Amino acid sequence: MSGGFSAFAYLVASVCFIMALRGLSSPTTARRGNLFGIAAMTIAVFTTLTLPAITGLSLLWIIIAVGIGGTIGTLVALRIVMTALPQLIAAFHSLVGLAAVLVAAAAFYAPEAFGIGTVGHIHAGSVIEMSLGVAIGAITFTGSIIAFAKLQGLVSGKPLIFSGQHMLNLALGILLLVLIIVLMVAQSPVIFWAIIVLSLALGFLIILPIGGADMPVVVSMLNSYSGWAAAGIGFTLANPVLIVVGALVGSSGAILSYIMCKAMNRSFFSVILGGFGGEVAGPAGGADMGDKTIKQGAAADAAFIMDQASSVIIVPGYGMAVAQAQHVLREMVDLLKEKGVEVRYAIHPVAGRMPGHMNVLLAEAAVPYDEVLELDEINRDFSATDVAFVIGANDITNPAAKTDKSSPIYGMPILNVEDAGTVLFIKRSLASGYAGVDNELFYRDNTMMLLDDAKKMCENIVKALEQS
Amino acid sequence: MNPDNASGPAADIASEAQTLSERLSDLAAQAAQLAESGGHAGGGSDFMFLLTVFVLSCFIGYYVVWSVTPALHSPLMAVTNAISSVIVVGALIASGPADFSQSAVFGFFAVVLASINIFGGFIVTQRMLGMFKKKS
Repeated sequence: MSGGFSAFAYLVASVCFIMALRGLSSPTTARRGNLFGIAAMTIAVFTTLTLPAITGLSLLWIIIAVGIGGTIGTLVALRIVMTALPQLIAAFHSLVGLAAVLVAAAAFYAPEAFGIGTVGHIHAGSVIEMSLGVAIGAITFTGSIIAFAKLQGLVSGKPLIFSGQHMLNLALGILLLVLIIVLMVAQSPVIFWAIIVLSLALGFLIILPIGGADMPVVVSMLNSYSGWAAAGIGFTLANPVLIVVGALVGSSGAILSYIMCKAMNRSFFSVILGGFGGEVAGPAGGADMGDKTIKQGAAADAAFIMDQASSVIIVPGYGMAVAQAQHVLREMVDLLKEKGVEVRYAIHPVAGRMPGHMNVLLAEAAVPYDEVLELDEINRDFSATDVAFVIGANDITNPAAKTDKSSPIYGMPILNVEDAGTVLFIKRSLASGYAGVDNELFYRDNTMMLLDDAKKMCENIVKALEQS
Repeated sequence: MNPDNASGPAADIASEAQTLSERLSDLAAQAAQLAESGGHAGGGSDFMFLLTVFVLSCFIGYYVVWSVTPALHSPLMAVTNAISSVIVVGALIASGPADFSQSAVFGFFAVVLASINIFGGFIVTQRMLGMFKKKS
């Protein structure tokens, strides 16, 4: 990595990478930021191609490889529907992980090309860096595949738990560290591959017990891991641009994980240890459900109530994404606006399956981003609002988070929909939310339940509004 | 020129060249040794340099990412995913040697995977960002 020119070019690339993230501070500068990112990547790649290690023949292979990968990536990115975004991101993370493993393997078999020693005599420091890169990469790879399978519905979103799980993971983790130390001394390919296999198993086991609605944390965490893997490889190659980007991505993912955990009032470790949701949780509610009554309404009732309102706040959740209801929701809102109703959207940080999931779906439905507000920005306004329209969300509105200390979601910041004049709840059934907690809001006098598929219900409301 | 007359000096020159080349290879070995030890001695400070870059970048990442608006957290994930594929730099070096080797094969596949990510990540980010519009 010698040579003033390449070092300078890598510096320029690093700065551009930072600018790419900086651009995301506002939707107006974000697209320019993305162009910075593309420029940075282009600079980094072309600078690497000018290095003496790259010769004519290999250049041909590189062009073929980029051609294959670029075509696949482009086609996938252009065709993906926005509701499938979380699984796409998970799939992409797995590729970064696997790429890190492959690069580390390449470095292990041909250390000369990377200037880190000779076969069987790689510098001890490089071995550690390489092993860490390969281990994190492999964990990212299998972990992301499980996350993908859960998000895609290939594997049940319910947490899969078996006894002794944490002990097994701990034992595997310790074994992994031991193997890394052994590899420093005896640089045999067997141990190298053992580290890879062990890390692959670990990634699988770590993500498997984590439930579907914890996926925002998992996806952010894997995002973080892919960064640390890149940084590890960057140390091995003594390449600053890899280290800079790895650190940026690593801290980005870590911050997102932190934000998500905070929005659920759960510690990072409790998420990672998994087992939340499903059957285990749910001591509250249940028993006294029988004697409570709900007020069920039809689309026409909802249309009438909103028509009469002067302000409406819409609270979308994962159910909206599943039903693909965002477009018809926007139609409904357009009709309400024509009738002079003020409509805004309130987004909880963990609504959906990845950070910012709802914002993207609403943007896809051409909802202007200045009508879409975050929890802190809008929570105070519910008390002055006529109607809260909850579509496909549940736990993030549950007042038990504020009042019931025994509830598993106690302490989680919620959207104060109960303060609104009327709460309209679109749900497919009265089933409890992901956390397994009954929502007392359903039984309140000012709540009307609209029991149907989110998209169908919105369509019916639109029809009713058009007729009125 | 008579070949017989020339053979004597030629042999002299050849033997001289041989001793010279021997000395040269000795020197080269010494230089390599020096470089090796230099590399080792410098290894520590090299590592410290890289560690400095790493730690400072973590701080930059911390402040930059906190300034990202929550509405754009999905594009943030997509773009960080795209840029973490800068690992392609390592993959390119791995596929560098022209001769066929395990390392080059690993490198080839790593370039394919990283390219999927680079193109896919940036395009999907651009698609997402393109949808964010202000009230008209």
